[in-house]
Order: sequence, then C-alpha cells, then structure tokens
Amino acid sequence: MGYSLEGATGAWEVVVGLEVHAQVISESKLFSGASATYGGAPNAHVSFVDAGFPGMLPVINRECVAQAVRTGLGLKAKINHWSRFDRKNYFYADLPNGYQISQFAHPVVGTGVVEIELADGTLKEIGITRLHLEQDAGKSMHDQHPSKSVIDLNRAGVALMEIVSEPDIRSPEEAGAYVRKLRQILRYLGTCDGNMEEGSMRADVNVSVRKAGEEFRTRCEIKNVNSVRFVMHAVEAEARRQIEVWESGRTVVQETRLYDPARGETRSMRSKEDAHDYRYFPEPDLLPLVLDEAWVKALAEKLPELPDEKRKRFCVQYGISFYDAGVLVVDQVTADFYETVAKGRDAKLAANWVMGDFFAALNRMGTTIDTSPVTAANLGALLDLIADATINGKIAKEVFEAMVETGQAPDVIVEEKGLRQVTDTGAIEAAVAAVIAANADKVAEYKGGKEKLFGFFVGQVMKAMARKGNPAIVNEEVKRQLQ
Amino acid sequence: MSKAVTGKPAAAPAARTELCGLTIAQAAAGLEARKFSAVELTRAHLAAIEALDSRLNAFITVTPELALEQAAAADLRLATGDGRTLTGIPLAIKDLFCTEGVRTTAASRILEPFTPPYESTVTAQLKDSGAVFLGKANLDEFAMGSSNMTSGFGPVENPWQRRGSNVKLVPGGSSGGSAAAVAARMAMGATGTDTGGSIRQPASFCGLAGIKPTYGRCSRYGIVAFASSLDQAGPLARTVEDCAILLGAMAGFDAKDSTSAERPVPYFRGAVTAGVRGKRIGIPAEYRMPGMPEEIEALWQRGVRWLKSEGAEIVDISLPHTKYGLPVYYIVAPAEASSNLARYDGVRFGARIDGEDLIDMYERTRAAGFGAEVKRRIMIGTYVLSAGYYDAYYLKAQKVRALILRDFEQAFAKVDAILTPTAPSAAFGMGEKMDDPIKMYLNDVFTVPASLAGVPAMSVPAGLSEEGLPLGLQVIGRHFDEETVFAVSGALEQAADFRSKPAVMAKGA
Amino acid sequence: MSLDAATVRRIAKLARIRVEEEEVAVLAAELNGILGYVAQLDEVDVTGVEPLSGGAQMAMRLRDDVVTDGEMAEKILANAPERSGDFFTVPKVVE
Ligand SMILES: [Mg+2]
Ligand SMILES: [Zn+2]
Repeated sequence: MGYSLEGATGAWEVVVGLEVHAQVISESKLFSGASATYGGAPNAHVSFVDAGFPGMLPVINRECVAQAVRTGLGLKAKINHWSRFDRKNYFYADLPNGYQISQFAHPVVGTGVVEIELADGTLKEIGITRLHLEQDAGKSMHDQHPSKSVIDLNRAGVALMEIVSEPDIRSPEEAGAYVRKLRQILRYLGTCDGNMEEGSMRADVNVSVRKAGEEFRTRCEIKNVNSVRFVMHAVEAEARRQIEVWESGRTVVQETRLYDPARGETRSMRSKEDAHDYRYFPEPDLLPLVLDEAWVKALAEKLPELPDEKRKRFCVQYGISFYDAGVLVVDQVTADFYETVAKGRDAKLAANWVMGDFFAALNRMGTTIDTSPVTAANLGALLDLIADATINGKIAKEVFEAMVETGQAPDVIVEEKGLRQVTDTGAIEAAVAAVIAANADKVAEYKGGKEKLFGFFVGQVMKAMARKGNPAIVNEEVKRQLQ
Repeated sequence: MSKAVTGKPAAAPAARTELCGLTIAQAAAGLEARKFSAVELTRAHLAAIEALDSRLNAFITVTPELALEQAAAADLRLATGDGRTLTGIPLAIKDLFCTEGVRTTAASRILEPFTPPYESTVTAQLKDSGAVFLGKANLDEFAMGSSNMTSGFGPVENPWQRRGSNVKLVPGGSSGGSAAAVAARMAMGATGTDTGGSIRQPASFCGLAGIKPTYGRCSRYGIVAFASSLDQAGPLARTVEDCAILLGAMAGFDAKDSTSAERPVPYFRGAVTAGVRGKRIGIPAEYRMPGMPEEIEALWQRGVRWLKSEGAEIVDISLPHTKYGLPVYYIVAPAEASSNLARYDGVRFGARIDGEDLIDMYERTRAAGFGAEVKRRIMIGTYVLSAGYYDAYYLKAQKVRALILRDFEQAFAKVDAILTPTAPSAAFGMGEKMDDPIKMYLNDVFTVPASLAGVPAMSVPAGLSEEGLPLGLQVIGRHFDEETVFAVSGALEQAADFRSKPAVMAKGA
Repeated sequence: MSLDAATVRRIAKLARIRVEEEEVAVLAAELNGILGYVAQLDEVDVTGVEPLSGGAQMAMRLRDDVVTDGEMAEKILANAPERSGDFFTVPKVVE
C-alpha cells in the first residue's frame, strides 16, 4: 500500500514531478569567458555579454556541453546529437538580455532513468524526461538598500542543467530520495557540486493530488526549493492545501508558488503570473549544437563508475550485504576509502570497521574523511595487525582510539605502548595457574557444574595480562587447567 | 603639409576640399606618394562636414579631434613606409557600430547617453587597417526603416535633388547617413549594415556602390543588433573598387560571433576587373513587378545589354517565391527585433524614465525611448511569437524563408550571378510614403530576398531617372562568392560610366 | 486574424511599452494593416518544408573553458542610469 493523505472524502494520492536546476561545474560561463566561480565582489564576474550590452554575442563553452552529456550518460539517457538553443523572453531586473538562452524544443539530453531506494529497501525507477542547458540569471536583492532593489550579475550566464523528471514520484519520501540520488549521481560525475545551500542545486516541485485510478489533476509549481528537507515538506504542505481546495468544492488553479519554510506552507507568487507568455523562438545568435559521435563516445569511456554499479560490484567483489554496500557508496570518497581498506584484506571486517568505529569517530569529531586523522592506509594496517595476530581485537580498539587522537600509524602505537599480544605459552600457563590458585572457590563451583564461570576465568587471565594475551591460547589453557 | 610662401604670418591653411572628390584608391595612392598628407585629407573632409552637415544631418556625432589624431598617426606610418590598405582614409561609421569611448546611439533616444567601453570587430579591423573615423553616421532608429525618417536624431537629407526642384529627398535607409555622407563627399567611404536592403537601397538612392556580403562574412560582434539572422555589415563607397578595398578590411572570421564563417577572405579588389566573359547571368522573371516604373525596367534592360556585350551569357530564371520575401521579412525581422531590443530597459545602460515600480519604469522608459516605427515592429514581433500565433506566423515564415533559399540554390545551379534593379523607385521626398507602413516597406521588395537567403548582393549606380536621380542595379551572387559579385558589378560600372554628381557636395570635389 | 484593442494592450504589456489609451486604436489599425499584408503567406504550400531559422548553415563551434573576461565592474557599471556602489539599482521589487 503506497503513501496517501487522508482527507474528509477519503484517501488522496500525491503526484510529483521535479525540475532540478543544477549548476554546471566549469571555469567560465556558458556563453562568455567570465568566471563561473561562486561569490566575488558585486558585478566582478561579469562580461559585456553577461550584462546584455548592445552588440554582444554568445559563444558556447565546450566543457559545459561535455558536462551535460556526462550527466545524460550518468542518467542512462538518450544523448541528442542535434540540439538547439531557444530564447525564453521575459522581463526581469536580473535578466540582462530580456531573455534567457535555454533549450526548449530540442534539448541536448532526452529520456533517462534514476533508481531510488526507500527506507524499507524498496527500489523504484523515476523517469527522466529531459536535460537541457541554459543560463542562470543574476541576483536581485531587496534588503540592501532602503528604497531600491540592487542587482548583481555575477551569476548571470553561469551554466545550468535543468533536469526534468516524469511525474512518477508518489510521496514526500520519494521526492527526497530522488533529489538525494540525483545529487549523488551529479557529485560522482563531477558535473555539479550539489550544494543546495549555495543554490548550486535547486528544485521546482510540481505537485498535484488525485483519487486512486483518476487522471492527473491540475498541478502547481513550487519554485526554487533549496533543501531536500524542504522539498519533502513542500510536497506535503502543497498536497494538503490542494486536498482542502478540492474538498471544499473549489478548483486548484495552475500557478507558481513559493514554499515558506518558516510557516511550513506554500503561497502564490502573483508577481510572476502576468509574464507567462515566453515567446520561445530559435536563438539566432547561435547555430545548432551538433555533437560528434566519437566525442560522445570518448566522454562515455571516461565516465566514472556510478553508485548503483559500484554498489553491486561491492556486494559481489567484497561479499558484503546490499545494505552495507549502499552505505559505503554514499559518495566517491567513502567508497574509495573503503576499497583501500578492504583490498587484499578481510573485506567484511573492513566494512565493519569503516561503518562502525571509523564513522563513529568521524561523527564524534564532526569531521569528514578528507580531514580525518585516520587514513585508509593506516586503518588497513590496523586490520593487518589483527590478521597476523600482532594484536587481538580488543587491543585493536585501543590502538584505533590512539590513531584517532594522534594520527599515528598503528604499528608505531603498538610498539610505543607495548601492545603486542602474548603468545608465549609459558607466560600464559603461569597466568592461568595463578588465577586458578587465587580462586579456589570459583573452581569448585565450576567443577560443580556452573560452566558459565568459564568466561570469568578467561577475563581474569586477560586482565592479569593487560589484555595482551592471545585469546585463543588463553581459552585453550584455561580449559586445559580446569579439567 | 604645404606652408604659405607669401611671407605673411601662417594662418590655418584653407582646407583642400577638392581632395574630397578622390576615390579611396586614388587617395591611398596620393598618400603613399606623399602628394598630400592624411591630416590634410582629414581636414578637407572635416571642413566639408562643417559646411554641409548642418543641412544634411548625415552625422549624429562628429569626432574631429579623434579624426585628426588618427590622421597624424597615419602620417607617421606613411612617413616610415608602414602604410596599410586604408592608412589615412577618412570614413564615416554608421552609428550602429559600437566604438570604444565614442557615443553610440543606434539613432535611438534610448541610447542617447550610451558610450560603449568596447569596439566592434569590424571597426577594430578598419582601425587596424589605418582608417580615420570622422564620426558616427545617422540611420533609421535601430536600422528599422528605408528612408532615414525614423532616426531619433532627425532625418537625413539626400544630397541629390530632382532636376529643377528644391524638394528635400530621403537618402534611403537605414544606412542613410552613411550614404549621404559619402555622396556629398564628406567621407570617402562608410560602413553600413544591411538587414533587408539597408546598404543597397540607400546606395541606389544616393548614386553609390554598396555591398551586403554573405551572411557570416563580417563579424556582427559589437554591432547593435536589429534582426540577428539577417544583419550583415558592409561598405558604401563611390566605386566598386573602393567597396572591394573596404570589404577586404572589414571581413573575416571572428571567434566572438558564433555565426561568423571560418573562411579566408579573398582578394576582392582583384576581382573587380575580372570581367564577365563566359559568366552566366540570371534574369529573374518575378522581379518584373506590376506597377514598376518604366524607367526602372529600361535601366534593367540596359544592364542586360551591357553584360551581354561584355561577353556574359544571359539566362532567364525563376525565383518563384520572390513576392513572399517581404511578408516573411516583416515577420522574421520584427520577431527577432522584439527580443533583441528587450535589453533596452533602463537598468544597465541608456536612458531611464522613473516609474512607480519596476514594471512602470520599464514601460515608461521604453515608451519614451523608442520611436513609433520601432515600437510598431516590437509589437508585431511580440505578437507573432506569442502563444497561439507562433505557428501561423513565425514558423510559417521560417518555412517560406526555406523556400526562398531553395529558389536561389536552384537558380545558382544554372547561373553565376543574378541581375535585378535595386529598388522599385528613385529617392522620394521626405514625408512621402509616411502615411502607410506597407508603402514604405515596399522599397525593400528587391533587396529582401537576398537577405533572407544570406547571399551576397551589391548595388551599382547605373544611370539617372528622368528627374535626374540616381538609380542602381543589383547583382546577387552565391554564398561566399563576393568575387563574382564584384566582377559583374565592376563590368556594369565600367559600362554605365556613371559620372553624375549630387546637388549638395564638398566644394571643388 | 484581426487584432482588437484588448490584444494591443496585452501585447504592449508583454513588450513592456506603455501605451496611452488614445494610441490603442491607431496602433491596432497599423498592426492590422501589417498582419493583413503578411497574411499572403497563407497561400504558400509549405507541406514537408523544414523551417529555416538561422542565417548561417553550419554547425556550432565550441569555445575552450577558460576565464578570459570579467573583473571590470567599473566598465560594466559606467553607463548605468543609477547605481549603488557596484550594484545596479531598480525600484524596489516586492515579492
Ligand atoms: Mg521550472
Ligand atoms: Zn530552467
């Protein structure tokens, strides 16, 4: 049974499609040589082309096209070898030309698919309708000046990929999972940094509701939602609003809305309503974008392994669970870290260490893999010390904590602290004998049938040996001497 | 520089305006031989402007100091034998070309306060060739017009007059200021732009040669855009050879214009005297329009005879979609213009009229800044692109445009060049044809098809009307075959031997 | 297709050109004249014809991804009718 919202008239299904604007990672802008770097002094990253000066003309950036193609390949989508740019005409203070150069009729990337995973482990495919390249607008700020809005064109002309999904999403959870998965893929590809706080990824959320089995009803578009959490909240808030509208006998009108996180509600953006006739037509300052087959093939060959494939490979190659593999491929850095630790070692043990003690340590320190004091090589070396019986599992935890604190290699710590495990049977025999001698009463109880006490003897021996005794030998010796 | 030998204290030497009568080719030779200096040549033209332009209004901005500086620099180069093709040649620049540090208005009040901090590629190349810029020539506002009557800086008067009449005539448009300046010998040549005939029609009206090269031959970078898929820069001058010299300097690939062609620039000047022997010249039946004056038809037939006697083969051809050129043009050009002119919103440059809010500011700024014709075209362009009308107008026009291109391709399978009249009439009076936009649009009936197809086309002065006004013939060539256009035009020029001069021009020229 | 006063007002609004009431009728007449003229295209059969949108018939060149422009706020702002520091300014927009 899928997600539904209960209204006065019964259950409602939620239908969601997303248009995600992802800022392309590139040095310069889509159609000009100005820097695409985020930030900068006002109007510093601006050329005459970006500011729409008379006689200025766009010239397209090859890398931005390559990034769109890479993303298309990553979304298992159709790459259109012939595409075209159109002008989308509307007036706004931060849109210098009075039009946005976009791809309306013929996008560079066609249909594709993204697989999402829900909390209960269900997998679902979300269709991609298209991906097209377009320019970002500048920034209007309304709170910098008492009586004016001020305009900064640094963002104007930066390349965006607009990734449009099919209306396949049926719940806030699915919407959130979709955005996260898309972000993960873009980050793996290196085509967008996915940084929603800086606005380099933002979603227009199209929401409608319907009764089971109905055709789609009217949708509303919630503009520029800038976090996964807000996307999920916006879907629910808008769906609830629409249910109320329908159930009160009114009709939902198609419009663009804004999500207000403070109030947890959406509201109408009347200011943009009158300008809905965009008068698209082919951009006459540009020629058709024709992609060379060999060029696309070369990009495909250099594509990194993507999370879904990597996850499957991890299961097969390292024998770890599908769930664990999912955690380890969350991003490229984590996956690489794990593989360095696991390679040539007990891969399951490696997974336990990375997901257990290592993640816990990162969490505790509030740090990331990049700045972690424990490197993958050192964690691997620690596993080697366990494998060759230099230390036992208990001591390994102690060594790991020292690694977190000092950043030192595990063998150095083991030597300095003298943590090498004792395998000398003579020393173990003596320690066991001493414990048995000191606990005659317990020995009697044990022999009387209280076998649970075995652990007590082992514990006492290990304590006496400062936990450095080889656990297998200690076990054997305790068993032998108690017989 | 010649100095007075009378012993009297040296006054400013009288400007030698007779130098204004030279062609560019002659002047370049004279400068090279040090018969006169570039400063003298520039002074002569500045004096002619001083004397005539308060009447003709061919210039929106004159830059005498800059011109004299450039001329002095040219003299230094010439002295060291380092002269280039245009070193020291004084030109007028259509005020649609952005010139760094010199106000550029597009003849619109909305750009009245605009000084570009950059230079168009075409003018940069002319400067590199050593040219001297006298100032910025008047034009129809944003190049929208065929009379120069739509300029926000007042109309331009044609230096020619009807025999025995003082009626002020239009120079044609939109490059009307450029044409008037060259015809009146206030400049040796000028840059123009041609979107639907804006070089060829004023050339015809003012007794000049003027060529619209192949779309993509000259960079559009830094030229205020009217209709991007049609706009092309080109020269106006008094001879075909001068046009060839100027185009050689203006043309060439530019990475800053995505529609610029990556092709070498041929030696155009050499093509002018190549002759037409064995060339096949097409005569399109559809250019014989109902109501066309007899003298235009007669001129055309003369042209045919001249080319025949020079050894060309005359071939009757058909360009069946000719009559649809204007309707296509009056959809495509306004559509592109409505979008290209959206940037004039009073925010980043140009004039601004304050309003109650942002939208009110836009509306007031654009209502006050644009003239009637520009507003009309923006409105038409907005309409034909708007929801529900796009397919019926814009898309349909694009398809007919494809048919017009196909007409030319089919014709050029049979012929090397096409000969037609340039315009359906000689220059008309100021205020005539103003009551009905369509009447004005009909001026471009013969020039628009080549613009839509993107092929090169040139107007050559070929004779006088009964009233004593110049009339031009148009030569149309294949894509990127300006050489044949120059060859045919050169032959026509030779045969026509056009020596008539306008009523108003530099003294002694 | 004939253009009425309401359409003239709507088009003027889209084009962001203020039109005074007394101009509407004149504009409607002029625009209808032009639309009537271009209506002759109705008689052309364009079945199967691919639209021609650009002036040039070639594929697009692509530029290298290098920063070659910008860092000239003063030049960008030099022609501004109004500015505040290095920002352009417009009447306050209420969203
Ligand atoms: Mg959207
Ligand atoms: Zn978009």
